[in-house]
Amino acid sequence: MNRIGIPLRVGLVLVSLIWLVPYAWMVVTSVKTLPEIVAAPTAPLPAGLELGAYREVFESMPVARYFWNTTLVALGIAALQIALAVPAGYALAKLEFKGRALAFGLVLATLLVPAQVRFVPVFTLLADVGLTNTLSALILPFGVSALGTFLVRQALLSLPDSILEAARIDGASELRIVYSILPPLLVPTLVSLFLFSFVFHWNDYFWPLVMTTDDSVRTLPLGVALLREQGTGVRWHIVMAGNVLLSAPVLALFALAQKQLLNAVAASTS
Amino acid sequence: MRPARRTDPLWLLGPSLLFLFVFVVYPLGHALRLSLYDWDLLTPERYVGLENYRALFESGDFCTILQSTLSVSLTAVAFSMLIGLALALAVNRPGRLAAFARTSIFSAYVVSWVSVALLWLWLLDADAGLVSAFGRALGFERAGLLASPHTAPFAIAGVVVWKIAGYSMVLFLSGLQSIPTSVLEAAALDGAGAWQRLRRVVLPLLGPTSAFVGTTSLILTFQAFDVVRIMTQGGPVRSTTVFVYSIYEQMFVGLRVGRASAEALVFFAVLLVLTGLELVFHQRRQAL
Repeated sequence: MNRIGIPLRVGLVLVSLIWLVPYAWMVVTSVKTLPEIVAAPTAPLPAGLELGAYREVFESMPVARYFWNTTLVALGIAALQIALAVPAGYALAKLEFKGRALAFGLVLATLLVPAQVRFVPVFTLLADVGLTNTLSALILPFGVSALGTFLVRQALLSLPDSILEAARIDGASELRIVYSILPPLLVPTLVSLFLFSFVFHWNDYFWPLVMTTDDSVRTLPLGVALLREQGTGVRWHIVMAGNVLLSAPVLALFALAQKQLLNAVAASTS
Repeated sequence: MRPARRTDPLWLLGPSLLFLFVFVVYPLGHALRLSLYDWDLLTPERYVGLENYRALFESGDFCTILQSTLSVSLTAVAFSMLIGLALALAVNRPGRLAAFARTSIFSAYVVSWVSVALLWLWLLDADAGLVSAFGRALGFERAGLLASPHTAPFAIAGVVVWKIAGYSMVLFLSGLQSIPTSVLEAAALDGAGAWQRLRRVVLPLLGPTSAFVGTTSLILTFQAFDVVRIMTQGGPVRSTTVFVYSIYEQMFVGLRVGRASAEALVFFAVLLVLTGLELVFHQRRQAL
């Protein structure tokens, strides 16, 4: 089983190419010029390294601001989710109180409600209090992660009570237990939760699309998708240059934290 | 453990429950109310009873939308699971080449739907796309996969498969790795060949994993909004107007808040029923 034969090697390479060629094509297209694409759209190599498309992307949209907004929203959501999931997961895993099963059931039930089911009423709610077109409208509706709360609870179930009892005897308040004793014990779970949430919301298109109309709060996925809708005829070298800017940070993060991201996905099964 | 003070659970859990109430529970109730009104966000709302639901079902819209949604979703779920399982079996071995393949395949799950949709829109471009050119070289006629109502839902499904096959591969991989080698060795000693080990031992033991992959993939593909909005805008001839796209269209193109809410609730009901059916199906298969 461990020896890899030649046919399998070839197969693995071909399969990898199905996933890698599209990225390569994106990069190749982004360094071509419009006349080049019109003349020979499928020429495998560009005539030269032309960065005009990138210049046009930076001229047609405030890339830095979009990038900053996107990062801020994704960081805000991930931080809020962790800050709320630890105390909630602790109460659900370790404390005995009336209504615990009900609260846990409620958290699990909300896992089933997709964003597309709740955006209409949430939009009207946020419009009523004047919060549409703000970064809050992008962060607050995702403040609690049902999955995150569930994962923290599961991780804490296997933690012996004696650790917490000892902390209490030493005079630690519940606040101290939640925010300074538990986090170091939960590092793998919290790292997974952070990466999962950060990447998901960094990539999100739907929610920013429906909640914002103002350039000042737009996010990068929205801006890049708009590149295709601008002007007459699609200028693919520009769209692909935008796409490189959009996907490169996530792919870089993936390269750095591959193991943790894979764990984050596998953890959701348990 | 007993809480140190009786009020502790309240403040530990309170903020989370408050968020869930404001942004999930209340919106569901509010959607129910909105679905009974005719409202364009500008003029005063008008109570119309079940009119929005009646219009959705009687106009035949429900059937069209359900058909598009199922064409995209069921195709994408079935193929991403089959391909994910095959890939998991192929890359479940040590060595750099297998690790490289795992990383390449899973990367598509990490990049945004927007990136993937734009990328494939360019690859599938009828005139200048790389895939279309490849198709022509193989002798297919000038293929605008996204231009025909017969092929567009499946082209979208194909893109979704490319995006999420890595997800099911990773889950099947962790399922495979939890099968004790002793079980496989025992089967081999009893004379089971590779194919028989796969069919009689490995696949049955992957039952719970496939139930999980199937259910989560179904939920995932039902929410495939970005690909549709970017690649086809619901067309051609509404063949890719899936639920999530239709809800968006009613709300922001048609400014029909009531109709959008009604569709959102019907969509939610369909999703719950299908998820339930899928779980029952897997449970019964387990019991056999």
